[in-house]
Amino acid sequence: MMQETEIPLLRVSRLTHYYDYIVGCRNVSFDLYPGEVLGIVGESGSGKSTLLNCISARMEPTGGSVEYDTRAEGMRDLFGLTEAERRMLMRTDWGFVHQNPRDGLRMSVSAGANIGERLMAVGARVYEDIRESSADWLSRVEFDTERMDHLPSTFSGGMQQRVQIARNLVTGPRLIFMDEPTGGLDVSVQARLLDLLRELVDDLGLSAILVTHDLAVARLLSHRLMVMRGGEVVETGLTDQVLDDPQHPYSQLLVSSVLQA
Amino acid sequence: MQDQTNTSTSHSIDETDHGYNFAYLDEQTKRMIRRSILKAVAIPGYQVPFGSREMPLPYGWGTGGIQVTASIIGPEDTLKVIDQGADDTTNAVSIRRFFAHTAGVATTETTGDATVIQTRHRIPETPLTPGQILVYQVPIPEPLRWLEPRESETRKMHALKEYGIMYVRLYEDISRFGHISTAYDYPVIVNGRYLMRPSPIPKFDNPKMDNNPALQLFGAGREKRIYAVPPYTEVKSLDFRDYPFQIQKWEDSCALCGAADSFLDEIIIDDQGGRMFVCSDSHYCGERQDAGHRGRDPSEMPDATPNPTDIAETA
Ligand SMILES: [Zn+2]
Repeated sequence: MMQETEIPLLRVSRLTHYYDYIVGCRNVSFDLYPGEVLGIVGESGSGKSTLLNCISARMEPTGGSVEYDTRAEGMRDLFGLTEAERRMLMRTDWGFVHQNPRDGLRMSVSAGANIGERLMAVGARVYEDIRESSADWLSRVEFDTERMDHLPSTFSGGMQQRVQIARNLVTGPRLIFMDEPTGGLDVSVQARLLDLLRELVDDLGLSAILVTHDLAVARLLSHRLMVMRGGEVVETGLTDQVLDDPQHPYSQLLVSSVLQA
Repeated sequence: MQDQTNTSTSHSIDETDHGYNFAYLDEQTKRMIRRSILKAVAIPGYQVPFGSREMPLPYGWGTGGIQVTASIIGPEDTLKVIDQGADDTTNAVSIRRFFAHTAGVATTETTGDATVIQTRHRIPETPLTPGQILVYQVPIPEPLRWLEPRESETRKMHALKEYGIMYVRLYEDISRFGHISTAYDYPVIVNGRYLMRPSPIPKFDNPKMDNNPALQLFGAGREKRIYAVPPYTEVKSLDFRDYPFQIQKWEDSCALCGAADSFLDEIIIDDQGGRMFVCSDSHYCGERQDAGHRGRDPSEMPDATPNPTDIAETA
Protein backbone atom coordinates (compact mmCIF):
# COMPACT_ATOMS: atom_id res chain seq x y z
CA MET A 1 0.00 0.00 0.00
CA MET A 2 2.63 2.56 0.98
CA GLN A 3 5.56 2.43 -1.34
CA GLU A 4 8.41 4.75 -0.53
CA THR A 5 8.81 5.78 -4.17
CA GLU A 6 5.18 6.83 -4.54
CA ILE A 7 4.15 10.48 -4.40
CA PRO A 8 1.68 11.16 -1.59
CA LEU A 9 -1.79 12.35 -2.56
CA LEU A 10 -1.99 14.57 0.50
CA ARG A 11 0.82 15.94 2.66
CA VAL A 12 0.01 17.52 6.01
CA SER A 13 2.93 19.35 7.64
CA ARG A 14 3.03 20.74 11.19
CA LEU A 15 -0.65 21.61 10.98
CA THR A 16 -1.78 23.73 13.90
CA HIS A 17 -5.05 25.43 14.64
CA TYR A 18 -5.96 27.64 17.57
CA TYR A 19 -9.40 28.91 18.48
CA ASP A 20 -8.32 32.21 20.04
CA TYR A 21 -5.94 30.81 22.68
CA ILE A 22 -7.40 27.32 22.82
CA VAL A 23 -5.60 24.58 20.95
CA GLY A 24 -7.70 22.86 18.29
CA CYS A 25 -4.88 20.71 17.01
CA ARG A 26 -1.12 21.12 17.14
CA ASN A 27 1.81 20.12 15.03
CA VAL A 28 0.17 17.32 13.08
CA SER A 29 2.14 15.87 10.16
CA PHE A 30 1.44 12.88 7.92
CA ASP A 31 1.37 11.75 4.31
CA LEU A 32 -1.60 10.00 2.74
CA TYR A 33 -0.86 7.77 -0.25
CA PRO A 34 -3.17 6.85 -3.13
CA GLY A 35 -5.54 4.06 -2.12
CA GLU A 36 -4.83 4.47 1.57
CA VAL A 37 -7.47 4.88 4.29
CA LEU A 38 -6.32 6.75 7.37
CA GLY A 39 -8.45 6.58 10.51
CA ILE A 40 -8.25 9.40 13.03
CA VAL A 41 -9.55 8.27 16.41
CA GLY A 42 -9.98 9.98 19.74
CA GLU A 43 -12.61 11.14 22.14
CA SER A 44 -14.65 14.27 21.59
CA GLY A 45 -12.43 17.28 22.14
CA SER A 46 -9.36 15.41 20.97
CA GLY A 47 -8.97 17.72 17.99
CA LYS A 48 -9.89 15.15 15.35
CA SER A 49 -12.77 17.21 13.95
CA THR A 50 -10.67 20.39 13.87
CA LEU A 51 -7.98 18.48 12.02
CA LEU A 52 -10.50 17.08 9.52
CA ASN A 53 -11.95 20.52 8.86
CA CYS A 54 -8.50 22.01 8.24
CA ILE A 55 -7.32 19.18 5.99
CA SER A 56 -10.50 19.30 3.93
CA ALA A 57 -10.12 23.09 3.48
CA ARG A 58 -13.36 23.79 5.27
CA MET A 59 -11.36 25.87 7.75
CA GLU A 60 -8.05 27.69 7.31
CA PRO A 61 -5.51 26.52 9.90
CA THR A 62 -3.51 28.94 12.04
CA GLY A 63 -0.25 27.33 10.99
CA GLY A 64 1.36 24.57 8.97
CA SER A 65 0.42 23.44 5.50
CA VAL A 66 -1.78 21.01 3.60
CA GLU A 67 -0.61 20.06 0.11
CA TYR A 68 -2.58 18.05 -2.41
CA ASP A 69 -1.48 16.36 -5.61
CA THR A 70 -3.84 18.16 -8.00
CA ARG A 71 -4.60 16.54 -11.35
CA ALA A 72 -3.59 19.60 -13.32
CA GLU A 73 -0.58 21.00 -11.51
CA GLY A 74 0.69 18.36 -9.07
CA MET A 75 1.43 19.26 -5.44
CA ARG A 76 -0.24 22.54 -4.45
CA ASP A 77 -0.73 24.18 -1.08
CA LEU A 78 -4.50 24.18 -0.51
CA PHE A 79 -4.53 27.64 0.94
CA GLY A 80 -2.44 28.98 -1.91
CA LEU A 81 -5.18 28.01 -4.36
CA THR A 82 -7.78 30.57 -5.33
CA GLU A 83 -11.16 30.08 -3.70
CA ALA A 84 -12.57 29.09 -7.09
CA GLU A 85 -9.89 26.40 -7.51
CA ARG A 86 -10.43 25.16 -3.98
CA ARG A 87 -14.21 24.94 -4.36
CA MET A 88 -13.81 23.14 -7.68
CA LEU A 89 -11.44 20.65 -6.06
CA MET A 90 -13.90 20.07 -3.21
CA ARG A 91 -16.77 19.18 -5.50
CA THR A 92 -14.91 17.16 -8.09
CA ASP A 93 -11.75 15.44 -6.87
CA TRP A 94 -12.88 15.26 -3.24
CA GLY A 95 -15.90 14.04 -1.37
CA PHE A 96 -17.12 14.69 2.15
CA VAL A 97 -19.47 12.27 3.88
CA HIS A 98 -21.10 13.93 6.86
CA GLN A 99 -22.44 12.09 9.87
CA ASN A 100 -25.80 13.76 9.41
CA PRO A 101 -27.01 13.27 5.82
CA ARG A 102 -28.85 16.59 6.12
CA ASP A 103 -25.47 18.33 6.12
CA GLY A 104 -24.43 16.63 2.90
CA LEU A 105 -27.69 16.46 0.94
CA ARG A 106 -30.13 18.98 -0.45
CA MET A 107 -33.29 17.87 1.28
CA SER A 108 -35.58 19.85 -1.05
CA VAL A 109 -34.58 18.05 -4.26
CA SER A 110 -34.82 14.40 -5.31
CA ALA A 111 -32.16 11.75 -4.77
CA GLY A 112 -31.39 11.78 -8.50
CA ALA A 113 -30.94 15.56 -8.54
CA ASN A 114 -28.72 15.39 -5.46
CA ILE A 115 -26.34 13.16 -7.36
CA GLY A 116 -26.71 14.93 -10.70
CA GLU A 117 -25.93 18.30 -9.13
CA ARG A 118 -22.21 17.59 -8.96
CA LEU A 119 -22.19 16.66 -12.64
CA MET A 120 -24.17 19.75 -13.61
CA ALA A 121 -21.77 21.86 -11.54
CA VAL A 122 -18.92 20.78 -13.79
CA GLY A 123 -20.85 21.41 -16.99
CA ALA A 124 -22.95 18.31 -17.74
CA ARG A 125 -25.80 19.56 -19.94
CA VAL A 126 -27.40 16.40 -21.32
CA TYR A 127 -30.32 15.40 -19.11
CA GLU A 128 -30.41 11.73 -20.10
CA ASP A 129 -26.69 11.31 -19.41
CA ILE A 130 -26.99 12.96 -16.01
CA ARG A 131 -29.95 10.79 -15.12
CA GLU A 132 -28.16 7.65 -16.25
CA SER A 133 -25.13 8.47 -14.08
CA SER A 134 -27.37 9.19 -11.09
CA ALA A 135 -29.17 5.88 -11.52
CA ASP A 136 -25.88 4.04 -11.99
CA TRP A 137 -24.40 5.45 -8.79
CA LEU A 138 -27.58 4.85 -6.83
CA SER A 139 -27.52 1.20 -7.83
CA ARG A 140 -23.84 0.97 -6.90
CA VAL A 141 -24.72 2.03 -3.36
CA GLU A 142 -27.57 -0.53 -3.40
CA PHE A 143 -30.31 2.06 -3.50
CA ASP A 144 -33.59 1.25 -5.26
CA THR A 145 -33.51 3.40 -8.41
CA GLU A 146 -37.31 3.26 -8.56
CA ARG A 147 -37.15 5.85 -5.82
CA MET A 148 -34.61 8.18 -7.39
CA ASP A 149 -37.22 10.88 -7.99
CA HIS A 150 -38.27 10.93 -4.34
CA LEU A 151 -37.10 13.46 -1.77
CA PRO A 152 -34.42 12.35 0.73
CA SER A 153 -36.78 13.07 3.63
CA THR A 154 -38.85 10.03 2.58
CA PHE A 155 -35.84 7.70 3.05
CA SER A 156 -34.51 5.99 6.18
CA GLY A 157 -31.26 7.27 7.71
CA GLY A 158 -29.29 4.42 6.16
CA MET A 159 -30.73 5.11 2.71
CA GLN A 160 -30.06 8.85 3.05
CA GLN A 161 -26.47 8.00 3.84
CA ARG A 162 -26.24 5.87 0.69
CA VAL A 163 -27.52 8.78 -1.39
CA GLN A 164 -24.94 11.04 0.23
CA ILE A 165 -22.18 8.57 -0.63
CA ALA A 166 -23.38 8.29 -4.23
CA ARG A 167 -23.50 12.10 -4.50
CA ASN A 168 -19.86 12.21 -3.47
CA LEU A 169 -18.68 9.48 -5.79
CA VAL A 170 -20.38 10.52 -9.02
CA THR A 171 -17.56 12.85 -10.10
CA GLY A 172 -14.92 10.14 -9.65
CA PRO A 173 -13.09 11.73 -6.70
CA ARG A 174 -9.71 10.44 -5.51
CA LEU A 175 -10.06 11.49 -1.87
CA ILE A 176 -13.02 11.11 0.47
CA PHE A 177 -13.32 12.64 3.92
CA MET A 178 -15.67 10.84 6.29
CA ASP A 179 -16.90 12.25 9.58
CA GLU A 180 -18.48 9.47 11.68
CA PRO A 181 -20.16 8.16 8.50
CA THR A 182 -22.20 5.50 10.30
CA GLY A 183 -22.83 7.38 13.52
CA GLY A 184 -26.44 7.58 14.62
CA LEU A 185 -27.50 4.48 12.67
CA ASP A 186 -28.84 1.19 14.07
CA VAL A 187 -26.17 -1.47 14.53
CA SER A 188 -27.44 -3.72 11.71
CA VAL A 189 -27.82 -0.80 9.29
CA GLN A 190 -24.38 0.41 10.32
CA ALA A 191 -22.79 -2.97 9.60
CA ARG A 192 -24.24 -3.12 6.07
CA LEU A 193 -23.18 0.43 5.33
CA LEU A 194 -19.64 -0.25 6.57
CA ASP A 195 -19.39 -3.28 4.27
CA LEU A 196 -20.56 -1.14 1.37
CA LEU A 197 -18.07 1.63 2.16
CA ARG A 198 -15.21 -0.85 2.38
CA GLU A 199 -16.15 -2.41 -0.96
CA LEU A 200 -16.43 0.96 -2.68
CA VAL A 201 -13.12 2.20 -1.31
CA ASP A 202 -11.42 -1.03 -2.47
CA ASP A 203 -13.11 -1.18 -5.88
CA LEU A 204 -12.47 2.46 -6.71
CA GLY A 205 -9.01 2.60 -5.17
CA LEU A 206 -10.07 5.64 -3.15
CA SER A 207 -7.98 7.38 -0.57
CA ALA A 208 -9.92 8.32 2.53
CA ILE A 209 -9.57 10.09 5.83
CA LEU A 210 -12.02 8.75 8.37
CA VAL A 211 -12.73 10.47 11.66
CA THR A 212 -14.47 8.35 14.28
CA HIS A 213 -14.67 7.72 17.98
CA ASP A 214 -15.73 4.15 17.19
CA LEU A 215 -12.69 1.87 17.12
CA ALA A 216 -14.70 -0.97 15.53
CA VAL A 217 -15.50 1.29 12.57
CA ALA A 218 -11.88 2.40 12.41
CA ARG A 219 -10.67 -1.21 12.41
CA LEU A 220 -13.00 -2.23 9.61
CA LEU A 221 -12.20 0.65 7.26
CA SER A 222 -8.72 2.00 7.92
CA HIS A 223 -5.31 0.75 6.94
CA ARG A 224 -3.55 3.11 9.29
CA LEU A 225 -4.60 4.81 12.51
CA MET A 226 -3.75 8.09 14.21
CA VAL A 227 -4.71 8.40 17.87
CA MET A 228 -5.35 11.97 19.00
CA ARG A 229 -5.61 13.51 22.41
CA GLY A 230 -5.71 17.17 23.45
CA GLY A 231 -5.10 18.33 19.89
CA GLU A 232 -1.98 16.24 19.39
CA VAL A 233 -1.21 12.91 17.78
CA VAL A 234 -0.08 10.47 20.47
CA GLU A 235 0.36 7.38 18.33
CA THR A 236 0.38 6.40 14.65
CA GLY A 237 0.66 2.97 13.09
CA LEU A 238 -0.95 0.21 11.11
CA THR A 239 -4.50 -0.26 12.36
CA ASP A 240 -4.05 -3.79 13.70
CA GLN A 241 -0.81 -2.86 15.45
CA VAL A 242 -2.33 0.16 17.18
CA LEU A 243 -5.48 -1.67 18.23
CA ASP A 244 -3.86 -5.00 19.21
CA ASP A 245 -0.65 -3.69 20.69
CA PRO A 246 -1.02 0.00 21.59
CA GLN A 247 2.21 1.63 22.74
CA HIS A 248 1.11 4.94 24.20
CA PRO A 249 -0.64 4.78 27.62
CA TYR A 250 -3.57 6.80 26.27
CA SER A 251 -4.01 4.45 23.31
CA GLN A 252 -3.92 1.54 25.74
CA LEU A 253 -6.63 3.19 27.81
CA LEU A 254 -8.75 3.92 24.74
CA VAL A 255 -8.47 0.36 23.45
CA SER A 256 -9.10 -1.26 26.82
CA SER A 257 -12.15 0.91 27.55
CA VAL A 258 -13.63 -0.22 24.27
CA LEU A 259 -12.88 -3.85 25.04
CA GLN A 260 -14.59 -3.50 28.39
CA ALA A 261 -17.64 -1.82 26.92
CA MET B 1 -47.70 78.65 -9.76
CA GLN B 2 -45.69 81.23 -7.83
CA ASP B 3 -47.16 82.71 -4.67
CA GLN B 4 -48.11 86.33 -5.48
CA THR B 5 -47.02 87.74 -2.11
CA ASN B 6 -43.80 85.80 -2.48
CA THR B 7 -43.65 84.81 1.18
CA SER B 8 -42.78 81.22 0.37
CA THR B 9 -39.35 80.31 -0.93
CA SER B 10 -39.21 80.13 -4.67
CA HIS B 11 -39.52 76.69 -6.18
CA SER B 12 -36.71 75.14 -8.10
CA ILE B 13 -37.48 74.51 -11.73
CA ASP B 14 -37.64 70.79 -11.03
CA GLU B 15 -40.34 71.22 -8.48
CA THR B 16 -43.98 70.77 -9.42
CA ASP B 17 -46.99 72.61 -8.02
CA HIS B 18 -47.70 69.76 -5.67
CA GLY B 19 -44.73 70.21 -3.38
CA TYR B 20 -42.95 67.15 -4.75
CA ASN B 21 -39.66 67.18 -6.50
CA PHE B 22 -39.86 66.25 -10.19
CA ALA B 23 -40.88 62.57 -10.37
CA TYR B 24 -41.34 62.47 -6.58
CA LEU B 25 -37.80 61.43 -5.55
CA ASP B 26 -35.34 64.10 -4.39
CA GLU B 27 -32.35 64.78 -6.62
CA GLN B 28 -29.86 63.18 -4.25
CA THR B 29 -31.79 59.92 -4.21
CA LYS B 30 -32.11 59.98 -7.98
CA ARG B 31 -28.36 60.51 -8.35
CA MET B 32 -27.71 57.58 -6.02
CA ILE B 33 -30.08 55.36 -8.01
CA ARG B 34 -28.55 56.49 -11.31
CA ARG B 35 -25.11 55.50 -10.03
CA SER B 36 -26.48 52.01 -9.28
CA ILE B 37 -28.07 51.90 -12.75
CA LEU B 38 -24.78 52.89 -14.40
CA LYS B 39 -22.98 50.15 -12.51
CA ALA B 40 -25.70 47.69 -13.49
CA VAL B 41 -25.35 48.66 -17.15
CA ALA B 42 -21.58 48.28 -16.92
CA ILE B 43 -21.91 44.73 -15.50
CA PRO B 44 -24.83 43.19 -17.42
CA GLY B 45 -26.98 40.92 -15.25
CA TYR B 46 -25.17 41.75 -12.01
CA GLN B 47 -27.40 42.74 -9.09
CA VAL B 48 -26.38 46.13 -7.74
CA PRO B 49 -27.63 47.07 -4.26
CA PHE B 50 -29.24 50.48 -3.90
CA GLY B 51 -30.73 52.45 -1.03
CA SER B 52 -34.37 51.82 -1.81
CA ARG B 53 -36.69 54.62 -0.63
CA GLU B 54 -40.17 54.37 0.79
CA MET B 55 -42.61 55.10 -1.99
CA PRO B 56 -46.26 56.14 -1.64
CA LEU B 57 -47.31 52.77 -3.08
CA PRO B 58 -47.11 49.38 -1.35
CA TYR B 59 -44.43 46.82 -2.19
CA GLY B 60 -45.75 44.47 -4.85
CA TRP B 61 -46.95 47.52 -6.76
CA GLY B 62 -43.57 47.85 -8.31
CA THR B 63 -41.78 50.29 -6.03
CA GLY B 64 -38.42 49.10 -7.43
CA GLY B 65 -39.51 49.77 -11.00
CA ILE B 66 -41.04 53.10 -10.00
CA GLN B 67 -37.81 54.28 -8.39
CA VAL B 68 -35.84 53.32 -11.50
CA THR B 69 -38.35 55.10 -13.75
CA ALA B 70 -38.34 58.16 -11.45
CA SER B 71 -34.55 58.34 -11.68
CA ILE B 72 -34.31 58.17 -15.46
CA ILE B 73 -37.41 59.98 -16.65
CA GLY B 74 -37.20 63.57 -17.92
CA PRO B 75 -39.83 66.16 -18.86
CA GLU B 76 -39.49 65.28 -22.56
CA ASP B 77 -40.14 61.58 -22.03
CA THR B 78 -43.30 59.71 -22.95
CA LEU B 79 -44.28 56.96 -20.53
CA LYS B 80 -46.17 53.74 -21.10
CA VAL B 81 -47.05 51.47 -18.19
CA ILE B 82 -48.25 47.89 -18.63
CA ASP B 83 -49.30 45.21 -16.22
CA GLN B 84 -49.81 41.67 -17.57
CA GLY B 85 -49.64 43.22 -21.02
CA ALA B 86 -52.50 45.64 -20.44
CA ASP B 87 -52.39 49.41 -20.05
CA ASP B 88 -55.69 49.61 -18.19
CA THR B 89 -55.23 47.50 -15.04
CA THR B 90 -55.42 49.24 -11.65
CA ASN B 91 -51.70 48.86 -11.14
CA ALA B 92 -50.77 50.27 -14.54
CA VAL B 93 -53.23 53.13 -14.24
CA SER B 94 -51.97 54.05 -10.74
CA ILE B 95 -48.34 54.14 -11.83
CA ARG B 96 -49.13 56.12 -14.97
CA ARG B 97 -51.13 58.64 -12.92
CA PHE B 98 -48.34 58.83 -10.37
CA PHE B 99 -45.86 60.00 -13.01
CA ALA B 100 -48.34 62.19 -14.83
CA HIS B 101 -48.96 63.87 -11.47
CA THR B 102 -45.42 64.08 -10.07
CA ALA B 103 -43.48 64.58 -13.30
CA GLY B 104 -46.10 65.95 -15.66
CA VAL B 105 -44.81 63.67 -18.42
CA ALA B 106 -46.81 62.64 -21.44
CA THR B 107 -48.22 59.13 -21.27
CA THR B 108 -49.17 56.76 -24.04
CA GLU B 109 -50.49 53.28 -24.65
CA THR B 110 -48.67 53.03 -27.97
CA THR B 111 -45.48 51.01 -27.58
CA GLY B 112 -43.76 52.75 -30.48
CA ASP B 113 -44.45 56.23 -29.06
CA ALA B 114 -43.09 55.54 -25.59
CA THR B 115 -39.53 56.42 -24.61
CA VAL B 116 -39.85 54.73 -21.23
CA ILE B 117 -42.01 51.65 -20.64
CA GLN B 118 -42.52 50.36 -17.14
CA THR B 119 -43.77 46.79 -17.08
CA ARG B 120 -44.91 44.02 -14.85
CA HIS B 121 -45.08 40.48 -16.27
CA ARG B 122 -44.71 41.18 -20.02
CA ILE B 123 -42.49 42.54 -22.77
CA PRO B 124 -44.56 44.30 -25.47
CA GLU B 125 -45.15 42.33 -28.67
CA THR B 126 -44.20 45.33 -30.83
CA PRO B 127 -40.41 45.16 -31.20
CA LEU B 128 -38.60 47.81 -29.17
CA THR B 129 -36.32 50.29 -30.89
CA PRO B 130 -32.98 51.97 -30.10
CA GLY B 131 -33.35 54.67 -27.47
CA GLN B 132 -36.28 53.10 -25.69
CA ILE B 133 -35.93 51.98 -22.08
CA LEU B 134 -37.90 49.06 -20.64
CA VAL B 135 -38.17 49.09 -16.83
CA TYR B 136 -39.19 45.84 -15.18
CA GLN B 137 -40.81 45.55 -11.76
CA VAL B 138 -39.02 42.73 -9.95
CA PRO B 139 -40.44 40.95 -6.90
CA ILE B 140 -37.51 38.58 -6.21
CA PRO B 141 -34.19 39.38 -7.88
CA GLU B 142 -32.00 36.49 -6.72
CA PRO B 143 -32.24 33.45 -9.04
CA LEU B 144 -30.36 31.20 -6.60
CA ARG B 145 -32.53 32.03 -3.59
CA TRP B 146 -34.88 29.05 -4.06
CA LEU B 147 -32.09 26.63 -3.10
CA GLU B 148 -29.67 28.79 -1.15
CA PRO B 149 -31.12 31.07 1.51
CA ARG B 150 -27.76 32.55 2.59
CA GLU B 151 -26.98 35.86 0.86
CA SER B 152 -23.23 35.44 1.55
CA GLU B 153 -23.28 32.11 -0.28
CA THR B 154 -25.31 33.31 -3.29
CA ARG B 155 -22.91 36.24 -3.71
CA LYS B 156 -20.02 33.83 -3.73
CA MET B 157 -21.79 31.60 -6.25
CA HIS B 158 -22.27 34.58 -8.58
CA ALA B 159 -18.69 35.71 -8.08
CA LEU B 160 -17.38 32.25 -8.96
CA LYS B 161 -20.04 31.64 -11.64
CA GLU B 162 -21.22 28.50 -9.84
CA TYR B 163 -24.53 28.05 -11.58
CA GLY B 164 -24.79 24.26 -11.76
CA ILE B 165 -27.47 24.41 -9.09
CA MET B 166 -29.85 26.20 -11.47
CA TYR B 167 -29.77 23.17 -13.72
CA VAL B 168 -30.88 21.07 -10.74
CA ARG B 169 -34.16 22.92 -10.93
CA LEU B 170 -34.59 22.17 -14.63
CA TYR B 171 -33.56 18.56 -13.95
CA GLU B 172 -36.31 18.28 -11.34
CA ASP B 173 -38.84 19.73 -13.78
CA ILE B 174 -38.03 17.12 -16.40
CA SER B 175 -37.98 14.24 -13.89
CA ARG B 176 -41.36 15.23 -12.56
CA PHE B 177 -43.22 16.43 -15.64
CA GLY B 178 -41.28 15.08 -18.60
CA HIS B 179 -40.39 18.57 -19.77
CA ILE B 180 -39.08 21.86 -18.37
CA SER B 181 -42.28 23.10 -16.78
CA THR B 182 -40.91 26.44 -15.56
CA ALA B 183 -43.03 28.86 -17.57
CA TYR B 184 -42.44 32.24 -15.89
CA ASP B 185 -39.38 33.98 -14.50
CA TYR B 186 -37.34 31.50 -16.51
CA PRO B 187 -33.62 31.86 -15.64
CA VAL B 188 -31.20 33.34 -18.16
CA ILE B 189 -27.47 33.95 -18.50
CA VAL B 190 -26.66 37.52 -19.48
CA ASN B 191 -23.67 38.28 -21.68
CA GLY B 192 -22.30 34.79 -21.01
CA ARG B 193 -21.61 35.69 -17.39
CA TYR B 194 -24.31 36.46 -14.84
CA LEU B 195 -27.32 34.33 -14.02
CA MET B 196 -30.41 36.54 -13.94
CA ARG B 197 -34.09 36.34 -13.08
CA PRO B 198 -36.05 38.15 -15.77
CA SER B 199 -38.92 38.81 -13.29
CA PRO B 200 -42.19 36.89 -13.75
CA ILE B 201 -42.53 37.42 -17.49
CA PRO B 202 -43.63 34.33 -19.44
CA LYS B 203 -40.74 32.42 -20.99
CA PHE B 204 -42.44 33.36 -24.27
CA ASP B 205 -40.83 36.78 -23.76
CA ASN B 206 -37.33 35.49 -23.00
CA PRO B 207 -36.14 35.53 -26.63
CA LYS B 208 -37.18 39.21 -26.84
CA MET B 209 -34.60 40.10 -24.19
CA ASP B 210 -31.81 38.71 -26.34
CA ASN B 211 -29.95 41.27 -28.43
CA ASN B 212 -32.73 43.82 -27.89
CA PRO B 213 -31.96 47.36 -29.14
CA ALA B 214 -33.64 48.88 -26.06
CA LEU B 215 -32.03 49.30 -22.65
CA GLN B 216 -33.61 46.93 -20.12
CA LEU B 217 -33.54 47.93 -16.45
CA PHE B 218 -34.79 45.83 -13.55
CA GLY B 219 -35.77 47.26 -10.16
CA ALA B 220 -36.55 45.28 -7.00
CA GLY B 221 -37.85 47.61 -4.27
CA ARG B 222 -38.18 45.31 -1.29
CA GLU B 223 -34.86 43.58 -1.89
CA LYS B 224 -33.13 46.81 -2.93
CA ARG B 225 -31.49 45.56 -6.12
CA ILE B 226 -31.09 46.99 -9.60
CA TYR B 227 -29.79 45.08 -12.60
CA ALA B 228 -29.66 45.72 -16.32
CA VAL B 229 -29.35 44.30 -19.80
CA PRO B 230 -27.73 46.93 -22.04
CA PRO B 231 -28.85 47.22 -25.68
CA TYR B 232 -27.72 44.42 -28.00
CA THR B 233 -26.64 42.09 -25.20
CA GLU B 234 -26.84 38.31 -25.39
CA VAL B 235 -29.50 36.83 -23.09
CA LYS B 236 -29.59 33.03 -23.12
CA SER B 237 -32.25 30.88 -21.47
CA LEU B 238 -30.88 27.90 -19.54
CA ASP B 239 -31.60 24.45 -20.93
CA PHE B 240 -30.27 20.95 -21.54
CA ARG B 241 -28.97 19.86 -24.93
CA ASP B 242 -31.60 17.10 -25.11
CA TYR B 243 -34.33 19.36 -23.66
CA PRO B 244 -33.76 22.66 -25.47
CA PHE B 245 -35.45 25.87 -24.34
CA GLN B 246 -38.91 26.29 -25.88
CA ILE B 247 -41.47 29.05 -25.65
CA GLN B 248 -45.17 28.59 -25.00
CA LYS B 249 -47.23 27.69 -28.08
CA TRP B 250 -50.96 27.84 -28.75
CA GLU B 251 -53.06 25.91 -31.22
CA ASP B 252 -55.34 28.92 -31.51
CA SER B 253 -54.60 32.38 -32.75
CA CYS B 254 -56.04 35.52 -31.15
CA ALA B 255 -59.85 35.50 -31.41
CA LEU B 256 -59.90 39.26 -31.84
CA CYS B 257 -57.01 40.13 -34.15
CA GLY B 258 -55.97 36.73 -35.49
CA ALA B 259 -52.37 37.16 -34.33
CA ALA B 260 -50.56 33.81 -34.32
CA ASP B 261 -47.30 35.20 -32.95
CA SER B 262 -48.37 36.83 -29.69
CA PHE B 263 -48.76 35.63 -26.10
CA LEU B 264 -52.37 34.60 -25.58
CA ASP B 265 -54.51 34.78 -22.46
CA GLU B 266 -57.40 32.36 -22.08
CA ILE B 267 -60.65 34.17 -21.47
CA ILE B 268 -63.85 32.55 -20.25
CA ILE B 269 -66.73 34.08 -22.19
CA ASP B 270 -69.80 32.49 -20.61
CA ASP B 271 -70.77 30.22 -17.75
CA GLN B 272 -71.18 27.22 -20.09
CA GLY B 273 -67.41 26.81 -20.24
CA GLY B 274 -67.04 28.80 -23.44
CA ARG B 275 -63.59 30.26 -23.83
CA MET B 276 -61.39 32.04 -26.27
CA PHE B 277 -57.81 33.12 -26.58
CA VAL B 278 -56.85 36.77 -26.96
CA CYS B 279 -53.60 38.70 -27.02
CA SER B 280 -52.27 39.52 -23.55
CA ASP B 281 -50.76 42.70 -25.06
CA SER B 282 -53.95 44.74 -25.38
CA HIS B 283 -52.29 47.59 -27.30
CA TYR B 284 -50.79 45.23 -29.86
CA CYS B 285 -54.15 43.53 -30.32
CA GLY B 286 -56.00 46.83 -30.69
CA GLU B 287 -53.49 48.12 -33.21
CA ARG B 288 -53.92 44.97 -35.31
CA GLN B 289 -57.71 45.24 -35.17
CA ASP B 290 -57.49 48.88 -36.21
CA ALA B 291 -55.45 47.74 -39.19
CA GLY B 292 -58.31 45.42 -40.16
CA HIS B 293 -57.05 42.11 -38.79
CA ARG B 294 -59.71 39.83 -37.36
CA GLY B 295 -59.82 36.48 -35.56
CA ARG B 296 -59.85 33.17 -37.42
CA ASP B 297 -63.61 32.60 -37.33
CA PRO B 298 -65.42 35.94 -37.31
CA SER B 299 -68.85 34.30 -37.90
CA GLU B 300 -68.82 33.09 -34.30
CA MET B 301 -67.89 36.54 -33.12
CA PRO B 302 -70.29 39.10 -34.61
CA ASP B 303 -68.78 41.89 -32.56
CA ALA B 304 -65.02 41.59 -32.55
CA THR B 305 -64.86 43.39 -29.22
CA PRO B 306 -66.50 41.22 -26.58
CA ASN B 307 -68.77 42.81 -24.03
CA PRO B 308 -66.50 43.42 -21.01
CA THR B 309 -69.22 42.31 -18.60
CA ASP B 310 -69.06 38.83 -20.09
CA ILE B 311 -65.36 38.53 -19.61
CA ALA B 312 -63.73 37.03 -16.59
CA GLU B 313 -60.03 36.53 -16.89
CA THR B 314 -58.84 33.09 -15.91
CA ALA B 315 -56.48 32.98 -12.96
ZN1 LIG C 1 -54.99 39.94 -30.63
